Amino acid sequence: MTPHLLLFYLFATVAVAAAVMVVSARNPVHSVLFLILTFFNAAALFILIGAEFLAMVLVVVYVGAVAVLFMFVVMMLNVNFVRMRQGFLQYLPVGGLIGVILLVELILVAGTWVVADTPEAIEPRPTTAGLTNTEALGNVFYTEYFYLFQAAGVILLVAIIGAIALTLRDRGNIRRQDIGEQVHRDRASAVQLRKVKSRAGI
Amino acid sequence: MTEALPAFDIVPALPEVFLLLAGMALLVVGAMRDKDASRVVTPLAALALLVAALFVIGADKTADPIFSGHFVFDSFAAFLKVVILAGSAVSIVLAQGYLEDQELDRFEFPLLILFSSLGMCMMVSANSFLALYMALELQSLPLYVLAAFNRDQLRSTEAGLKYFVLGALASGMLLYGCSLVYGFTGTILFDDLGAMLLGTENGTLELGIGALVGLVFIAAGLAFKLSAVPFHMWAPDVYEGAPTPVTAFFAAAPKVAAVGLTLRVLMQPFGPVAGEWQQIIVFIAIASMLLGAFAAIRQTNIKRLLAYSGIGHIGFALVGLAAGTERGIYGVLIYMTIYLVMTLGTFTVVLMMRRQGRYIETIDDLAGLSSTRPLMAAAMAIFMFSLAGIPPLAGFFGKLYVFMAAVEAGLTPLAVLGVLASVVGAYYYLRIVKLMYFDEPAEAFDRQGRLELQAICAVSAVLVLGFILIPGPLLATAQAAAAALMP
Repeated sequence: MTPHLLLFYLFATVAVAAAVMVVSARNPVHSVLFLILTFFNAAALFILIGAEFLAMVLVVVYVGAVAVLFMFVVMMLNVNFVRMRQGFLQYLPVGGLIGVILLVELILVAGTWVVADTPEAIEPRPTTAGLTNTEALGNVFYTEYFYLFQAAGVILLVAIIGAIALTLRDRGNIRRQDIGEQVHRDRASAVQLRKVKSRAGI
Repeated sequence: MTEALPAFDIVPALPEVFLLLAGMALLVVGAMRDKDASRVVTPLAALALLVAALFVIGADKTADPIFSGHFVFDSFAAFLKVVILAGSAVSIVLAQGYLEDQELDRFEFPLLILFSSLGMCMMVSANSFLALYMALELQSLPLYVLAAFNRDQLRSTEAGLKYFVLGALASGMLLYGCSLVYGFTGTILFDDLGAMLLGTENGTLELGIGALVGLVFIAAGLAFKLSAVPFHMWAPDVYEGAPTPVTAFFAAAPKVAAVGLTLRVLMQPFGPVAGEWQQIIVFIAIASMLLGAFAAIRQTNIKRLLAYSGIGHIGFALVGLAAGTERGIYGVLIYMTIYLVMTLGTFTVVLMMRRQGRYIETIDDLAGLSSTRPLMAAAMAIFMFSLAGIPPLAGFFGKLYVFMAAVEAGLTPLAVLGVLASVVGAYYYLRIVKLMYFDEPAEAFDRQGRLELQAICAVSAVLVLGFILIPGPLLATAQAAAAALMP
C-alpha cells in the first residue's frame, strides 16, 4: 500500500463518514460543522489527483462563503429541525422504493461501463505542459479571457447596484457621523467655562 | 514564462468601453448628488447612449474579431447596436415623467438601463459561447431589478421575482447547451465552430447527437429571452406587474438584442447545419404567431395585450430567420427596427393615459378618445394600424419582407400561416381603434404636460407614417448588415 493510496482511503473515509453525520446529526450547527469537514476532505482528495486549484477554490468558496452562510441562516432562523423530521418514517416506503429504483438504474449504467485500455492517458497530472493548474489558468485568465473576466466584473457591479436599489431605504431619523463637523469643532463651541459657586451647582 | 502580453486592440469595442466608463462615472455622480441625483443622471445617461451610438456609426465595420476572437464588430452588430442604443435612450427619456409622479425617480433607474444596454451591445457582438453567456447575464440582471423597481408594490416585486427565477432557469438551459456543444466540438469560438461544420466532408454535415442536443438547449434558452412560445409564460405577468416605462423598455431594446443574438448564433456557427435548427425555428414562429393572435383577444389590460402582441411579433420576425437566407435576415432586421419604433410609440400613448394624476391601463379607458384628445387618438390609431400590418404603414413592410423571404426559401405554408395569424391579430388592434373613434367617450384624460412624451409620440408616428416615402436609408444599412452575417 503506497502512502498515496493510504491517504486516499483516509480522506475518503472521513469524507463519507462526515457526510453521513451531516444528515444524521441532531443539532443543525453540528450538521454544518460536519459539512465543513466534508468539504475539507474533498479538497484533500482534489489535491491527491493533482487538481490543487479546485482544492483551493473549494475551500475558499464552499468553506469560506457557503458554509458560513449556512451557519448564519441556521443560527438566525432558529428552525425547529426536530419538528421537520416528524413524519420521517411515514415517507420511508416511498423513499425506499425510489432509492431502490435509483440503485438498480445505477447498477445497470455502471454494468455497461467500459474502462479504456490506456490508463496512462487518463492518469491524473497537472497539465500537458508540465505547469500546475494555477499557472495554466493564470496564463490565460488575463490574456485570452480578459474580455470575459472584465464582463464578469461588470456583472458583479450591476448586482451590487441592483441589490442597493432594491433594498436600501432612507430612514430619516438616523444619527450619522459627520466627520467634517467633528473635526471643525473648536474649543469655543465645545467647552464652556463657568464659575460655579460653592454648594450651588449649575 | 516571459512572453510578452498580447496587445489588446480595443478600438472596435470603443462604444462598449465608453458606455462602461460613462456608467461608472454617472454612478459616482449619482451617489454624490443628494436630492436631485436622478434629474442630473437621467439626461446624461441618455446622452451617453446616444454618444455610444455615434461611436458605432463612426467605427470601421470590417475589423477582425478582437479579444482572442470573443468579440466581433461588423455591419450586423453596428446596425443592431444603433437600434438598441437609440431605443434605450428613448426608454430612459420616456420614463422620467412616470417615475417622478410615482416617486420612483432614483438615479439607479437610468444607470440600470445603461448597463443593460451595454450587455445588449455585447450580446450582438458576442463571438463565442462564453461571451454570449456573459453578455446575456449582463443584459438580464438589470432587467430583473428594473421589473421589481417599484419595490413597495406587490405586483412589481412579484414580476421581478418571477422574471428572475424563470430567467435563471433559462440561463441554466442555455449554459448547459453551451457546455454540451463545447464538450462535443471542443471549441467555444463561433468562428472555429462554423469552420469546423463547414469543413465536414462533401456537404454531408454532421453535428453529432451531443452537439445537437446542445443546440436545442441553446435555442430554448434564447427562445425564453425572446419570449417566444413555448417559453413565453413569464411575459404577460412581468409586463403587467412591472412599472409601465420598464415594460416599454422590456418590449423594445432587449427584444431586438435577443433577436440579434439568435440570428448570429444560428446563422454563423450553426449556419452550415441550418437544416437542424430550421424546424425548431419554424415551430417556434408558428406557435408564437398563433398564440400572440388568439391569446390577446380576451385581454382587458393594455400592457398584457401588448405582451401578447410582442409574442406574436417575435413569431413574425422568426419567420424571416426560418428562411435562413440573406433576404430573411434582411427582413428580420427591418422588422425589428420598425417593431421597436411602433412599440415605443404605443407605450408613450399608454404612459399618457392618466386620470386625476393616476395612471390607468385598461383598454376600455381609451373609449371615445378621439373626441377628448384627437391627436393622441390619431397617434394611437397609427400605431395600431401599423402593428396590425395595414399598408401603407411601416408595419406592413416589415411583414412583407419576412414573408417574401419565407416564400422565396420555399416555406410558403409558413408565410400563409403568418398572414392568417396577422389577420386574426388585426382584430384586437382594430378593436382599440374602434373603441377610440366610435364609442361613447369615457372621462377625459389629464392634460399632458410633459413635452418629451409628446415629442417621442409625434416622432414615432411620423416615422411609422413616413417609412414608405423614405425607406432608402434603413433598407440600405439593413442590406449591408444582413450581408455581413452570411459566410
